[in-house]
Amino acid sequence: MTDLLQIKHIRKTFPGVVALDAISLSIAPGEIHTLLGENGAGKSTLMNVLTGLYRPDRGEILLDGAPVQFNSPRDSLALGIGMVHQHFMLVPAHTVFENILLALEDVPNLYSRRKYKQRVQKVLDEFKLDLDLDTPVWKLSIGAQQWIELIKLLVRDCRLLILDEPTAVLTPQESARLFQVLARLRDQGKSILFISHKMREVMEISDRVTVLKKGRSLVTLARGEYDENRLASLMIGEDQIPMWIKPACKYDQLALEIKNLSVRNDRGLADLDNFNMKLYRGQILGVAGVAGNGQKALAEVLTGLREASSGRILAEGKDITNSTAKSSYIAGIAHIPEDRKTIGIAPDMTVGDNLIMKNFASRAFRRWIFQDRAAIRRNAAAKIDQFAIKAGPDGNPVRYLSGGNIQNVIIARELSEKPAVLVALYPTRGLDIGSAEYVHKVVIDGANQGMSTILISEDLDELLKLSDEIVVMFRGRLVGCVDPQTTTREEIGLLMSGEVQA
Amino acid sequence: MKLVTEKRELSSRLLQFAAPVVSILIALFVAGFLLLAAGVNPLQAYLEIYQESLGSLYGLSETLVKTTPLIFASLGVSLAFRMQIWNIGAEGQIYLGACGATGVALFSGIESHGLMITAMFLAAFLCGGLWAGVAGILRARWRVNEVIVTLLMNYIAILGVDYLIYGPWKDPKGFNFPLTAQFSDAARLTEFFDTRFHSGFFLALLCALLMYLFMERTVWGYEIKVIGSNPEAARYAGMRTGLAIFAVLFLSGAVAGIAGFSEVAGLQHRLQHGISPGYGYTAIIIAWLARRSAIGVVIVSFLMGVLLVGGDSLQLSWQLPVAFAYAFQGLILFFLLASDFFIHNRLKLVRGERHA
Repeated sequence: MTDLLQIKHIRKTFPGVVALDAISLSIAPGEIHTLLGENGAGKSTLMNVLTGLYRPDRGEILLDGAPVQFNSPRDSLALGIGMVHQHFMLVPAHTVFENILLALEDVPNLYSRRKYKQRVQKVLDEFKLDLDLDTPVWKLSIGAQQWIELIKLLVRDCRLLILDEPTAVLTPQESARLFQVLARLRDQGKSILFISHKMREVMEISDRVTVLKKGRSLVTLARGEYDENRLASLMIGEDQIPMWIKPACKYDQLALEIKNLSVRNDRGLADLDNFNMKLYRGQILGVAGVAGNGQKALAEVLTGLREASSGRILAEGKDITNSTAKSSYIAGIAHIPEDRKTIGIAPDMTVGDNLIMKNFASRAFRRWIFQDRAAIRRNAAAKIDQFAIKAGPDGNPVRYLSGGNIQNVIIARELSEKPAVLVALYPTRGLDIGSAEYVHKVVIDGANQGMSTILISEDLDELLKLSDEIVVMFRGRLVGCVDPQTTTREEIGLLMSGEVQA
Repeated sequence: MKLVTEKRELSSRLLQFAAPVVSILIALFVAGFLLLAAGVNPLQAYLEIYQESLGSLYGLSETLVKTTPLIFASLGVSLAFRMQIWNIGAEGQIYLGACGATGVALFSGIESHGLMITAMFLAAFLCGGLWAGVAGILRARWRVNEVIVTLLMNYIAILGVDYLIYGPWKDPKGFNFPLTAQFSDAARLTEFFDTRFHSGFFLALLCALLMYLFMERTVWGYEIKVIGSNPEAARYAGMRTGLAIFAVLFLSGAVAGIAGFSEVAGLQHRLQHGISPGYGYTAIIIAWLARRSAIGVVIVSFLMGVLLVGGDSLQLSWQLPVAFAYAFQGLILFFLLASDFFIHNRLKLVRGERHA
């Protein structure tokens, strides 16, 4: 059988950067092909070439054996290549049905709503997806929104589906569901190009894996030819994956105490409901839970971005319940936010300016009302060096940095004042192994120096590896507390589903 | 063969300077055809524009007289734009500033020149600021769109001033014309070289310098830039964005208000109908062309001043309709904005077929 898609010696350069050097790979009909590579290995550029956003400088793309050229996403879609982006392309105010309708090309100006609804419903039924077509998209969870993106491609009968880190925003359960659907699609003969950092998923669903490194396709391995270690070492290169040694928490000094805390959202519902928690000095407290069970509210109320409706937060005995973000910071709580690009940085400003965003008014960076540009530059140089930030040329706006480097900028800023407590909300989401390891190192180094961390994560591996203790949240409450040394994934999974309480 | 556009990753510095110059030349070229159609030799017309706006002491002074209020208003507008606050109400704020300054000039009875001018300045500053501040409070507290509020408040301001000059502030010796009495000498800015050129221009330059320092060097400027770049991030970093919105709109309106002060104290010496022929709207265009930079505002305002004075002279010497001046401005703006596109993108001819 001829390959559905062949990519031969693709090269793409930007001024001063070779994004893709020599990429070759082929995708057979009915296979799940995974692209693996660190951030900056060229995965996104390759995706953009395949979807017609970028035009390669050199190389060939063959579809069904015939050369093709994509000048725009429209061209590649017309040939049956569709992509689910990391950032969804949905109209929040429109309903599920209306969003899906947008993806269809052959809709006449006067269309039969019923006919198209049936067509969409058929796809939903086929994959046993439970989505109400008349719900506006903004009301849906991120997981459900991703389904819409996928259905958009399915109703168009795309032959090749490209999924860019689809599980980054999903719970373990949702991911499992997605994999079932992907497997079914494969069995129907569709090809899937899958991008992920999570090794376990890659092992689970791939038929073949292609490893990218520095803009080159290193090797393509079929199932059975690879294991986790092999892939990891190919991806990172010769470097060993370091194992960090974590000190045992002594549980002697209370760093933070949350008492009967409740937080209500705009609709008057409780995001946090009578929540109680204790955090000790030097402790890494893992918080597990399906997204949307109050983790974000917890992080935001701790960092002063939201107000508590009742209850108290005590930092070393001092009440900080309803302080602004600034005074919380002074009280020593640092925050690595969930969505680093939306709230973590000022994208148009330089790395140096972003690094002082939290303490720009401190005496270290100003003289009277004027900023001390020299001090800000010195600080930037020191932090870029200390936190291994690839910042590019001087005065480079932060938005040109890769995801991992942006996260490093945020971490450098948050940790620069030696905080007593760090609240990290999904800090490694979407990061490659190397960058994620770095975040882990920072958290453990902090713990060694007495910093306490609330690590909110959906990655159970990460939680099990780092935490002294794991608590599980469900519907704004703490439903369980387990010891990572003795617990099992299943136990945590059950707690997350809210079916049992420990 | 196909023409495609491609983003330039790095736009060269030379291009950034050359593009505006070239686009003005193209605009002049195109406008030449309009002039030809009207039976005027374009080269003569351009020479005339140059003569009238730059080529004589009188012309230059007139150009600077027009440049002055444009600088103030554009500085105010740019300040708000830097924070992604769209103050469309500079026109109204100019009127309020003029109104405040006039109130002091007519009714305070101060005799010392320095004291009088200072008081007038402060009154204009406060009136313009508070006027824009209304939009600031509405936006910060209740998220009312500032574009609508500032825009609509222009009409209130202009009609309000009309009420004063047709009613309570009307000059009793003014033969019923809609204007106030003339200011005393104490309330007039110094004029130079026996022309209408007055010290307001130097105040405008000083204001631009202060604005530059404020935006690029101070802690507040930094905060404004962070909020403009990402208000969510600013909130997360503990900045009080609501307060900043009010403060920036206040300051923006206050600086625009100084334009009103400078017009009544330096030029008109009284409050009258049509004190600003749309400076506040031109300021929006200037702020945009100057990319919100204080130094850029001074340069672009001067260019606009040349156009205004030059356009007037075309009307006078060739009896061209006023629409010519507008068409002229429009062409220059059109090509300047188009050049922006070419600074950031390049055109490329691509050979080859689209699909196999």
